[in-house]
Amino acid sequence: MNYDILLAGFGGQGILFAGKILAYSGLMDSKEVSWLPSYGPEMRGGTCNCSVCISDEPIGSPLVVNPNVLVAMNTPSLEKFIGTVQPGGTVIVDSSMVDIKVERTDVKVCYVPATELTSTDPQLKGGANIILMGKLIAETGMFTTDTIKAAFEKVVPAKRAHLIDNNLKAIKTGMEYNG
Amino acid sequence: MERNLMKGNEALAEAALRAGCKCFFGYPITPQTEISAYLAKNMAKAGGVFLQAESEVAAINMVLGAASTGVRAMTSSSSPGVSLKSEGVSYIAGSDLPCVIINVQRGGPGLGGIQPSQADYWQATKALGHGDYQLLVYAPSSVQEMVDKVTLAFDMADAYRMPVMILADGLLGQMMEPVTFPEKKTDFIEKPWATDGHGGKRKHNITNSLYLKPEELEKSVVERFKRYDEIKAKHTEAELYLTEDADIIVTAYGATARVAKSAVNLARAEGIKAGLFRPITLWPFPVNEINEAVKNAKVILDVEMSMGQMIEDVKLATNCSKPVEFYGRTGGVIPTPAEVLEQIKKLGGAK
Repeated sequence: MNYDILLAGFGGQGILFAGKILAYSGLMDSKEVSWLPSYGPEMRGGTCNCSVCISDEPIGSPLVVNPNVLVAMNTPSLEKFIGTVQPGGTVIVDSSMVDIKVERTDVKVCYVPATELTSTDPQLKGGANIILMGKLIAETGMFTTDTIKAAFEKVVPAKRAHLIDNNLKAIKTGMEYNG
Repeated sequence: MERNLMKGNEALAEAALRAGCKCFFGYPITPQTEISAYLAKNMAKAGGVFLQAESEVAAINMVLGAASTGVRAMTSSSSPGVSLKSEGVSYIAGSDLPCVIINVQRGGPGLGGIQPSQADYWQATKALGHGDYQLLVYAPSSVQEMVDKVTLAFDMADAYRMPVMILADGLLGQMMEPVTFPEKKTDFIEKPWATDGHGGKRKHNITNSLYLKPEELEKSVVERFKRYDEIKAKHTEAELYLTEDADIIVTAYGATARVAKSAVNLARAEGIKAGLFRPITLWPFPVNEINEAVKNAKVILDVEMSMGQMIEDVKLATNCSKPVEFYGRTGGVIPTPAEVLEQIKKLGGAK
């Protein structure tokens, strides 16, 4: 197992948190992991991305240049990174936020209207990023739901424990979405 | 031991607390700010002092003051801020005081940029400030090493009464990796030189770096260099990776060594005999270790996030016994394993 994951979108969409959940899941499974945010003059509304590596082997460069999993939460991110995805890779797109289709035929693309899905249930509010993570693990088999649950329990502080259920619901929504 | 996932900057700060750091003085600058932020939150709980100074110059002089009383003191900054500290660092070295200085490097010169860089190698290893002195410089390459080396840095600083630098970069500071921590340190060496209260039981100590008589200044410098010689003899560190049968040795430190190691693995997968030499102490440079690493090599490829600074130590340490080529990216650009592999292949084909 060797995942080089790139998550990209606008600041404020929870790109870094989604990446953190993947990294923590890797930690729960005793994998080697790294998480590297783009840092700089990013802000809410600006572009933002995050590299996550999950592997059985020690991780060399933590900067993901050619991902085998791309998660794109806006059009500029998809346009910028789609050409860098390894052939055979998986691309998860928030189709509520992205108005283009992927032309490449050598990658697997999943369009999930994640942002729209969040409006169907108050518990999913702000959980588009996590819905996409649900789709990602359903498509790749990267982690079990138990691992993801353990990761949330580790990341979410005790005083916000009530948010764990919401997040797990978002994961389930993403896993079960077939569009 | 439980593995935690932490940013390099935060892990380093936690390790400093566990090492018994009681005073932190700093001024915020990207990409090291999480060190300050973490200590702002946790230093008081650990019974120490966190102080955001009015400038980097003030911060390093506060370190001088705190260190002279015998407590473990640290400051951190990034490249432009470290330049500002240079006068104070020289005074600390001249006063034979222990302290730990963190440089989470960014691109330069000037204000430069905020992305990772290794362009302060010369500053750290040759001349951070005026005068005849050295810093002991550790170059971690992972979040775990950020922890391990800052832990060691405090002990070495105390043992040799000198400033010790952790030369990291924005990539190591910002990335998260699994990390484990040592237990909190409880046994510290005596500091009979400290300017602390003693109730008139001994002659008072003075912290000083001024010697107006040349012979006295010379004596103090020579004595200091004897300690440097001992460090050179006992405390160099390096990682040798697949060097034994290698035709081509890549030399790289810090974050760049991770990229280089990936490139070496890619080269091996293509049947090219490549290996990696990674200095962990940048000063003293691991001379014996590099000569061991390159003994069977035909060529050395030095890779840095700079225009080529460590390459001079590579040439000097190997006495130019092998050709040394260079590949670097600078200004905050991180080289990719594919780029380094391309350079390895170029050299591998020209035997």
